[in-house]
Amino acid sequence: MKKERVVITGMGVVTPVGLGIGETFDALVQKQCGIARITAFDPSRFAAQIAGEVKAAPIQDCVPKGYRKAVKVMARDIVLAVMAAYYAVRDARLKTKCVLERGEETGEPDVDSTRFGANIGAGLICADLNELAGALASVAERPEAATDRGFSMTRWGSEGMQNLTPLWLLKFLPNMLACHVTIVHDCQAPSNTITCGEASSHLAIGEAFRTLERGDADVCVCGGAESKLNPMGLMRQELMGRLVTDCNDRPEAACRPFDVCRGGMVIAEGGGLMILERLEHAQRRGARIYGEVVGFGAAASARHWIKPDPDGRALALAISKALRDAQISPEEIDLINPFGVGTSADDAAEAAAIRQVFGARAASIPVLATKGALGNCGAGSGAIDLAIGVMAMHRRVIPPCVTTRQVDPACGLRVICGEPVDSRAETMLSLARAMCGGQTAALVIRRSQA
Amino acid sequence: MNRRVVITGMGWITPLGHDIEGVWAAILRGESGIAATTLFDARTFPTRFSAEVKDFSLERFLGAEYSRHRDVARQTGFALAAATLAWRDAALDLAPTLDRTQVGVYLGGGEGPMDFDNFTAAAVDGWNYAENVLDTRRWAEVARARFREVTEAEQEPHMAAAHLACAFGVEGPNFNALTACAASTQAIGEATNIIRRGDAEVMISGGCHSMIHPFGVTGFNRLTALSTRNDSPTTASRPFDRTRDGFVLGEGAGVLILEELAHAQARGARILAEVTGYGSTADAFRITDIHEDGRGGIAAMRRALADARRRPEEVDYISAHGTGTQENDKIETLAIRGVFGPHAPKVPISSVKSMLGHLIAAAGACELITCVLAIRDGVIPPTMNYSTPDPLCDLDYVPNQARKARVRVCLSNSFGFGGQNDTLIVEAFDAAR
Repeated sequence: MKKERVVITGMGVVTPVGLGIGETFDALVQKQCGIARITAFDPSRFAAQIAGEVKAAPIQDCVPKGYRKAVKVMARDIVLAVMAAYYAVRDARLKTKCVLERGEETGEPDVDSTRFGANIGAGLICADLNELAGALASVAERPEAATDRGFSMTRWGSEGMQNLTPLWLLKFLPNMLACHVTIVHDCQAPSNTITCGEASSHLAIGEAFRTLERGDADVCVCGGAESKLNPMGLMRQELMGRLVTDCNDRPEAACRPFDVCRGGMVIAEGGGLMILERLEHAQRRGARIYGEVVGFGAAASARHWIKPDPDGRALALAISKALRDAQISPEEIDLINPFGVGTSADDAAEAAAIRQVFGARAASIPVLATKGALGNCGAGSGAIDLAIGVMAMHRRVIPPCVTTRQVDPACGLRVICGEPVDSRAETMLSLARAMCGGQTAALVIRRSQA
Repeated sequence: MNRRVVITGMGWITPLGHDIEGVWAAILRGESGIAATTLFDARTFPTRFSAEVKDFSLERFLGAEYSRHRDVARQTGFALAAATLAWRDAALDLAPTLDRTQVGVYLGGGEGPMDFDNFTAAAVDGWNYAENVLDTRRWAEVARARFREVTEAEQEPHMAAAHLACAFGVEGPNFNALTACAASTQAIGEATNIIRRGDAEVMISGGCHSMIHPFGVTGFNRLTALSTRNDSPTTASRPFDRTRDGFVLGEGAGVLILEELAHAQARGARILAEVTGYGSTADAFRITDIHEDGRGGIAAMRRALADARRRPEEVDYISAHGTGTQENDKIETLAIRGVFGPHAPKVPISSVKSMLGHLIAAAGACELITCVLAIRDGVIPPTMNYSTPDPLCDLDYVPNQARKARVRVCLSNSFGFGGQNDTLIVEAFDAAR
């Protein structure tokens, strides 16, 4: 069966350093860091008090006027996804329903809505704690007490739950990211929501690639978004022992992927969505082509559902599959876009996987690590990383990881740190791993020849 | 050469029991798995009944493997048990030469229930009544003292898929799709495509979910999506009946072993049925309502039929999404009419949700299993509690009594909140096709 070729024609990101891929990429090249003390809530009793926070989220500028009311039922994760989708669609210069309704373009949509798909990765969305805790507290048995105020289930059932908006559940169903995006841009073709932690974006993009490859759609918006920037998200990671806790006064040096003295990860929020398109469709509408998706592989750890394989086996399997799928040899990869989250075990395992596949060459392939500046955006992190990597090939420059000073010799990778480096990279390997769950994924992207 | 995908094993954990044959017999007798809610004190909730899984012991299913999975969330336990049954049913435990890098997992798994007592304690103790805001400093102290790391981690929706990889030692592609009520139909369709394109030889696929907890019921009650027929739980789930007043929340898991045909034949596996078609679409309409013409459902069914290269007239049975809400059943009927045209009244349609309740992310997988059994036994399960015809639901819903029929081609629908539509076609296996 003939496979369609699939290209990237648009990228939209919302990150702690910028709105849109251009702004984000420029900030990274200028060595900005998006990690700072948390302002979304008072973090002073948490072990880690820093995060990669999206400061301004002008969601109203990203939806049609008639859709502004719906923003009220969007959890933060959904806001990030809807914004990223808008930036992606604009970047691709697609005339979608949203763009036309906003009056930014005129005429007819240039993508058939029944051939426009969506595959959006999502995380476990946290309920708005102020809304939920307030409703719960309204039926406490002893509100005047300092501790053990007591929660009354019977009063919750009869009156407490009435304090929640009727649409409360719809604010944090994971598929609401895709739901809002598909409504706003009118995507009626195959749709999916993949929830596999930090691997979600890669898996979603890989599956969208397959959907287009077999001709089930012409265009797909794909990637992911997540915010762990809430008390639940932060406490969960603290309890799991993954966070950098000794850098509350030095946030810009906190997360040091592959560094010899890396001390953990930093939570963050963000979204990344790509416009993937059948090559013919892109050419017909004269779209700018950033690159071509040529390989996808996915695997899983069969040893433990959280702890990474020390030898990186599950990730190495995904890489091998992606290279085979792309029908290229490891020698052709000249840029690596790692997961690089900054914990001792995860980075060591990832480096082991890369060494296993690339052997001696692992020490010389440039590695573009983003999480020192951005933190871990969960289900959004993969698409954000991928977009930055594609941009590095497109602009011919690799932004440095400013937090990493001395690369761990045990990792044995050439992490670009210090200053930006000019690059002639043509073929990139991008990696992701779910920290809870152990799902792994790899994508191979070739720079546009045009 | 097209790669064909067959079903070689099945297992489920349902409100009517834990084994394929026993539950199937109960469904054909029209029994109900619905009763008063016992998992939490629902006495004052608008809905006080549900379809709970009863007498469940994960240890009994896992044996020696149990100890390392003992901290899993409720839905993951269901998935591990159902997958253990399916794995054995497919005789994969006896397959000596299985390449485990070619065996993957694709679940439609739901998120785990919150650690309710500790969550509410932290929320209530952390509340600042004077300023009407959560004091996150106070909250952090209480939460840190009360929350357990493992309980929090196990709430992630992809943990069931991860545990399956470890329990069966399978290193292939591992996915979780959480598309609300359509999730496990989606998972099976996507897993089918993964095998077809050669990314795996075997996929463990299906779904698991439990939302029978205070926040789950709160969420659906606030949406007024649940039946409130508290005086008669066993007749509360009334798909397509005019007096239907909402769905009944259930829980459970359904897992199928999907396998590439040649792989199955080479190891002499017993073939239960073939998955021949899958269609997925989005309504792209509203977050709360289904498109009034049923356009998303129509498109999903058409895509699935085209994928299976079947005409509507060739479908012998439709396993409906049939939730028992006013809106779903009306629009699903409309969508079936849209696809089947004048043939629509001739196709038997039923909803086993009338007995099992709505298993949310697990619903589609369990319903697909009933389709496979319908093909095997030549009998169509009934839609129970059907008494008052609705002029807006005017098709053949196989009311109240199972029906003998030759069943070769089944179409199974699942529609999720937010306009996610998925349809599968499963057929009697015919080597010559």
